[in-house]
Amino acid sequence: MSETPENLKYAETHEWAKLEDGNVVRVGITDFAQSELGDIVFIGLPDVGRVVKAGEQLAVVESVKTASDLFSPVSGIVAEVNEAVTDEPELVNDGAYQIWLFCIKADNPAELEQLMDADAYRTLIEE
Amino acid sequence: MVTVTSSKQTPLYDLHLQLGAKMTTFAGYQMPVQYKSGIIHEHLHCRSQAGFFDISHMGQCRVSGEHAAEALEKLTPGGIVDLKPGAQKYTVLSNAEGGVIDDIIVTRNASGLSLIVNAGCKDKDFAYLRSQLPADCLFEALSDLALFALQGPGAAAVMAKFAAEAGRLKFMQACAADIAGSVCHISRSGYSGEDGFEISLPQADAERIARLLLAEDGVEPIGLGARDTLRLEAGLCLYGHELNETITPIEAGLQWIFKKGHRDFPGAEKILAQRQNGAERVRVGLLVDGRIPVREGCAIVHQDKQIGYVTSGSFSPSLSRPVAMALLDRRFAEPGAGLTALVRNSAIPVTVTSLPFVPHRYLRR
Repeated sequence: MSETPENLKYAETHEWAKLEDGNVVRVGITDFAQSELGDIVFIGLPDVGRVVKAGEQLAVVESVKTASDLFSPVSGIVAEVNEAVTDEPELVNDGAYQIWLFCIKADNPAELEQLMDADAYRTLIEE
Repeated sequence: MVTVTSSKQTPLYDLHLQLGAKMTTFAGYQMPVQYKSGIIHEHLHCRSQAGFFDISHMGQCRVSGEHAAEALEKLTPGGIVDLKPGAQKYTVLSNAEGGVIDDIIVTRNASGLSLIVNAGCKDKDFAYLRSQLPADCLFEALSDLALFALQGPGAAAVMAKFAAEAGRLKFMQACAADIAGSVCHISRSGYSGEDGFEISLPQADAERIARLLLAEDGVEPIGLGARDTLRLEAGLCLYGHELNETITPIEAGLQWIFKKGHRDFPGAEKILAQRQNGAERVRVGLLVDGRIPVREGCAIVHQDKQIGYVTSGSFSPSLSRPVAMALLDRRFAEPGAGLTALVRNSAIPVTVTSLPFVPHRYLRR
């Protein structure tokens, strides 16, 4: 299993989030999540422009064996989605921290403070 | 007082962990879902080379006595009396309402009739058989045996190396054979759609023999995840999905298990009427448009009216697309019929297709 990057924030529902310029929050799933899911065969992404609240279900990742919902870590508007994973969802298995799934233009980036840092997330997944 | 119910382990539990398995609880047993390379790789490996499966969680028992075959035949629509020594038969235990108590494999061997039953049904099955079989039949639960499957186009060469007589078996034949000093019962059967074998052996020998088989070129361990996608592609029923106490064997498409003229089994009236007239609902295959898997429980609709539901659905590694099996109103079950599956908020186009999705490659003659 790969390292848990220090520069990201982590949700209990196993998304990672990265705050970028202009209050844009980039979101993917953690390496633990991709490992638990196994071979990913479909990723359903939200429509660009959709308005979301923090904690709202926004996307779905399906592996051979199961479907798993993804939640928005912040409130805002969907600014961009990674179309590459529509055709090649298995990219996420190969590099969960390299492959982002969607970006949210956050209303209030301070919401990210509610998420875990790398240490806390490592503790969560080691339980 | 706290009651701890811990799940059981097969004799290969430690080996699974050493092989990097991701474990899950299935039917009360700690079982490998997948190993390091993942379900898709394991699945394709079994289709192209050989896969080793630990299926020791399944139930094994023996029914013996002079009238054992007659007695067992009264519990199933399939023919047991006519089974020749060394032959085996897939059939079901039917209930009085025409549903299925379990699907089972019966083998006639030197010591009687050996049965393999589903792990999740074995307590129920064993209690049922004990209660139904007459006093002159001996019922024995064979709880000290392990069970392996070796499946795939490379399985026969591996099997022949360890037990030449097993390598000469045809599909649904069985023999006793020695593998490296262990007394095994080997049959040419399995549940992947591929040529292959199932090997019943003493638990005490299980890990040693498993390691021998896994050391052969081309043999890789396969978990329950790929076991499920393999049997789905092969269009085979899984108890609790395509079969249960309320689905008849005719609805499940198991007409081929019936013994001609046999009318003395539980639920015969309903089941034989369906056999003659057709059932209102039937099991079909569904090819799914797009990439979204259509899973168990999804409604199948035609012009906004539900006409059935998905019994199993997943991604087919061989076809590289989602496939499913469903129980459908027979009026909509013709191959080629275009229907809709409801997945979350999406309407997914699906097409009825005949089964299996991937042709069987059994060695029949």
